[in-house]
Amino acid sequence: MNNTVNAKAPPLPSFSENVRQKLFNTPVDSAITIVCAILLVWGLINAVDWIFLSSVWSAEDEPLCREAGGACWSVIDARHRIIFFGLFPYDEHWRSTAACAVMIATIIASCFSWFWTGLRLSVLWVSGFGAFYILMHGGVLGLTEVTPERWGGLALTIFIFAAVSIIGMPLSVVLALGRRSKLPIIARMVGVFIDFFRSLPLLTILFAAAVITPFVLPGWLNGDKLYRVIAGFAIFFACYQAENIRAGLQAIPSGQEEAGLTLGLRYWQRVWHIQIPQAFRNSLPAIVNQFVITFKETSIVTIVGFFEILASAAAAYGTGQWTFYYIEVYVFVGAIYFIFVFSLSRYGAYLEKRLRVGHG
Amino acid sequence: MLELFRNRKFRETFFQALAVSVVAVVLIAMVVNARNALEVQGLTAGFGFLERSTGWDFSFSVLPYSISDTYQRTLWIGLLNTLLLGFLGISLATVFGVIVGLVRTSNNYLLSLLGTVYVEIFRNIPIILQGIFWYAVLSNLPRPRQAMVLGDSIFLSGRGLYFPVLNVELSAVFVMLAIVIAWFITLAWLRNRMRRSLTFERIKLSGWIALPLLLIAIGYIARIPETALVDTPILKGLNFRGGMRIPPELSALVLAIALYGGAYIGEVMRAGLQSVPRGQIEAGFVNGLSKFQIFWYVRLPLAIRLILPSLTNQYVQLMKATTIGIAVGFSDFFMIVSTSINQGGQTLELLLILVLGFLAINLSIAYVMNTINRRIALKGYEVKD
Repeated sequence: MNNTVNAKAPPLPSFSENVRQKLFNTPVDSAITIVCAILLVWGLINAVDWIFLSSVWSAEDEPLCREAGGACWSVIDARHRIIFFGLFPYDEHWRSTAACAVMIATIIASCFSWFWTGLRLSVLWVSGFGAFYILMHGGVLGLTEVTPERWGGLALTIFIFAAVSIIGMPLSVVLALGRRSKLPIIARMVGVFIDFFRSLPLLTILFAAAVITPFVLPGWLNGDKLYRVIAGFAIFFACYQAENIRAGLQAIPSGQEEAGLTLGLRYWQRVWHIQIPQAFRNSLPAIVNQFVITFKETSIVTIVGFFEILASAAAAYGTGQWTFYYIEVYVFVGAIYFIFVFSLSRYGAYLEKRLRVGHG
Repeated sequence: MLELFRNRKFRETFFQALAVSVVAVVLIAMVVNARNALEVQGLTAGFGFLERSTGWDFSFSVLPYSISDTYQRTLWIGLLNTLLLGFLGISLATVFGVIVGLVRTSNNYLLSLLGTVYVEIFRNIPIILQGIFWYAVLSNLPRPRQAMVLGDSIFLSGRGLYFPVLNVELSAVFVMLAIVIAWFITLAWLRNRMRRSLTFERIKLSGWIALPLLLIAIGYIARIPETALVDTPILKGLNFRGGMRIPPELSALVLAIALYGGAYIGEVMRAGLQSVPRGQIEAGFVNGLSKFQIFWYVRLPLAIRLILPSLTNQYVQLMKATTIGIAVGFSDFFMIVSTSINQGGQTLELLLILVLGFLAINLSIAYVMNTINRRIALKGYEVKD
């Protein structure tokens, strides 16, 4: 008796069959497909025409822009230094570029799983951030000093993002552990702290950090406005990230903790070797997603008066002959954000897929 | 002493007491510091300033106002502006989101590709950049003289969108709204009580006839005397007179919130539609339901129940995103509060009002959505987190 079921997968549909099913299944479907195709092609042709074919590229050709039907990239050619570097001294722009490159390399490097141990990650980020800071600030190694008031553009955006991450990440672990603490008063207090910050818009917190902390903190604790805003931002980030980590902690089977207890591990040993690695693995996609959101949210600091990339974009088209080309500038800045945010979020999606495979 | 620290109970109590006292000392120090700083500036703490008049102007208000209004009223107007912006933005975002969710779950490859392009573009660019962009576009539209016209009564120009309104007192509009809402609530209540009996049908019919008549009557009584019934905007000199104006600040923000939120809500919607168990859909198919019936009676109701918690989250996030209004000069709650702080100096009190305002808004959204969630929950079909 042969009862084995034929375990072979059904044959994959051929290409033409696939096309028929996905595009021309019913008459209505065919109509939708044709309308969509027209829309897509029309949009694509117009976009390519606006961006590449009818556009003007060099700064000297600005007078041609008025007749040209496409984008006037002259404004970018003429003003890109403002967008990227803000008020950074002209001769030192290479430092700002190098600093951004170092930081971006650090971010990319931390996407590789080889770096995913506490020690390697901290070394990577502390050295990356240190190099960034030295390059930007100067004052040592024969570099002239450039104080943070003159930082701007993309470099300031990246600086805020990196500083918030490097302060916020350890803080978020502490908050998550605090909220899950067995000591009721501590858990309650941390819970109130987290929920309070999460219920407020980020702008409110940045505003409070910029304007109000000078009132409530003694003078010697009031650093530069930039550092206060970064501290406020980092607390906000940590509160959200702590909730992600807490979700990861809660998903750990209780047997793990009990196994640790049986082996006689102390609290910090259990936390460091059992809980944290598994919590991070459980909620890695959510954690990456929080970084994505934070990168977008750095744009809000423009409202409390910093010259980051959004403010420098407004300055780029703000003068004289360039006032008509705001669309080009915003499309350009939007594209910069898109490149960062989109690649980070794609990386998050890739992680999600990979981790799901691991769990079977 | 060291002996005591070996005792776990003592250690735990000690650390908790330490934590409480540290927090208490920090808080007290902050209050004392703030009081000293205020004294140096010659300001008195307290909420007495709410009765003073502000003396400054702002860009947009749902209620009539003047610069001699009190702080209290001005803050209230700011809160209403935020609520209006949030309501318009979130409603539109939900409409966009539902459409995008449907498009992205479509079997048609090209249609879902179109949805993906939309989502990826609008989700990956900061909302504040989108708001500033739309504001730049809308406020650079042609001057009123060259405005875009629709049917000789709706005008779109760099000054904003003008459209005709009824010449009716504002309070009457609220009364009308209240009557309509009350009617719907009564109807739902009666439907539960009477189980679609003949009496219910009669009440329903007479209600539907009486409602428009009542509304027309109120509108007629409350119309502003000696004006035409409909107030149409007319071009006079360099700008329009009459009608209702939606300034470019508001439309830019609504557009930005709608497009950005639509991308997020679309993803939530898609996830909900995709996580309806296949068995449910197949059961519908076996029972001979048409494609549309399966969607309308099986897939959508189940999906809505699945997504409500994450939808609540999105709504709260979008409500918080309304604070970008200050970037384009829309006088929302945050902008009014920060202007008050700059002008009046009552920093801590105003910050408290700001925090309480947002807390109240967010908690109400969460409360309403959770109530809906509880009401429509199906027995035996609970969502498991």
